Amino acid sequence: MNTRHAILGSDPAAVLAQYRTLITKRWQQRAAEIGGPVAVAGVLAFSIWWLDISFGQSEPGLAALLKFIGLMFPPSTGGHLQLFLKAMAETLSIALLGTLVASVLAMPLALLAAKNTSPNNLLRFLVRRLLDVIRGIDTLIWALVFVGVVGLGPFAGILAIAVADTGALGKLFSEAIEATRARERESIVASGGTALMGVRFGLMPQVLPIIAGQVFYFFESNTRSATIIGIVGAGGIGLQLSEQIRTFDFDQVAFIVLLILGAVAAIDWISGKLRFAIIGRRQPWT
Amino acid sequence: MASGLPALPEQRLDQLLAHYRRDVARRQLRSLAMVACLAVLVVLAGRSGEVEPGKLLQHLSGLTSYFGRIMPTLRADHLTGDITEWYWNFFGWLKLLFDTVLIAYLATFTGMAGAAILAWLAAANLAPNGVVRWLIKRLFEFCRTVPDLVFALLFVSAFGLGPLAGVLAIGIHSFGTLGKLYVEAIENIDMNPVESVHSAGGRFVDAVRFAALPQVLPNLASYTLLRFEINVRASSIVGFVGAGGIGQELFVAIRKFYYTDVSAILLMIIATVSIIDLLTERIRHRLAPAASVG
Repeated sequence: MNTRHAILGSDPAAVLAQYRTLITKRWQQRAAEIGGPVAVAGVLAFSIWWLDISFGQSEPGLAALLKFIGLMFPPSTGGHLQLFLKAMAETLSIALLGTLVASVLAMPLALLAAKNTSPNNLLRFLVRRLLDVIRGIDTLIWALVFVGVVGLGPFAGILAIAVADTGALGKLFSEAIEATRARERESIVASGGTALMGVRFGLMPQVLPIIAGQVFYFFESNTRSATIIGIVGAGGIGLQLSEQIRTFDFDQVAFIVLLILGAVAAIDWISGKLRFAIIGRRQPWT
Repeated sequence: MASGLPALPEQRLDQLLAHYRRDVARRQLRSLAMVACLAVLVVLAGRSGEVEPGKLLQHLSGLTSYFGRIMPTLRADHLTGDITEWYWNFFGWLKLLFDTVLIAYLATFTGMAGAAILAWLAAANLAPNGVVRWLIKRLFEFCRTVPDLVFALLFVSAFGLGPLAGVLAIGIHSFGTLGKLYVEAIENIDMNPVESVHSAGGRFVDAVRFAALPQVLPNLASYTLLRFEINVRASSIVGFVGAGGIGQELFVAIRKFYYTDVSAILLMIIATVSIIDLLTERIRHRLAPAASVG
């Protein structure tokens, strides 16, 4: 209170001089404030020049794009409704089976990769690196590889999602396992149970709700990825979508996009309900 | 704790045991029902997904030999020669990877610029107009639900082959996701500074600039860097449909069975992605230690 009175009472210039250190910025700060945006803009200009993006190209492109959008209305099935619905069902099947296989494969790997359950440090290290490598390769690349191995069709898509998500789920599961309390397992072992029993009765009940939540979340996101892996021939609605775009049937493109949006929203809703029913509350997704 | 457990009367024990058995049976029945539902779904999905385990078994050797074949032959006595042969196009691929990173940069910038302008109008606590807010939120939603590869296909048809299509496709997707994250960050700010600006006669723009922006800037920057990491992965893929970057080269290598090229390019992509992850992670931790998880 006293200081405020003093400030109000005295000469503004003197006050300013007194508190100059509070309102002036250090030169480093000033340099960062000016240099940051300049650097961002510089890289931006360099990127445009390096990638040879010409704005002359964008004008006819934009016109073409507007024409495409015009052609999208009204969306139409083009008499292929049944084909599209079948492809959509295929997409959902790919997502379901892919996620399921991935979670089954990821569970034992996660137990081997988690610090508190791994029987051996070397094994743990190897499993973790394996999961890293699998995770580092995109689902679409896996899809392309599996198309080469088992041929065109949804089966390749299932395998792609199964493998790619084994990496991601394995890591998430192992983190969930590492975050459990040791007491439950210790008490089971102390009362004569084997280590495996400790995992089954002491650890599983703790991680199962978390894992179930993650699996549902992955099912949702896989529904999205399963819509695009068809573009490389791994089954599902993506194949139809890329065909219609390549043949410029934009009314059907619009219909397929709407179908995808509807299906994704429906799956999100159902799986969200199930997820909250299992884990009980909204969980921050990391 | 009593030193000795009081023995329960036989009748009471029976009753408790019956309760216990009934509860366990109910739970088992529930699990069984869930497993049955799942089994039905799996069978249905298996039929529509054309799952043929026989085919997998038949091709299993193909799969393992595939991974064997993409491995380069490295011999200890001419290691350098073998590596040079494996990475015969190292500088070509390096240039393409550089392109890929720049595509991700441009796309992230595009998405950020759009989202950073519109997010203020879509945040519940600042938005001056409800209709505008609803429209922008739907726009964000649309842009992030349509897969970026679909946009890439469309833009390749419109703008022709090349990085422009990739930049726009990933940019639009980033616009949708970043918009949502920005809006959530803005909606969580402390409203007192905003009220002070308003009470001092400031308008919407002043409130954004002097009250909201200083609070959210570290979070926004952190989200944007995280998006950049994701976009580097995405931009290495959009080449599959001809939208620039290393993807095209990888696509050709996989399709035409240039086995060792596949492993060479994949390793380079993984290395680039890891390096960029490490760098941005550092910056993100410095920017917003609390927000670096999201």
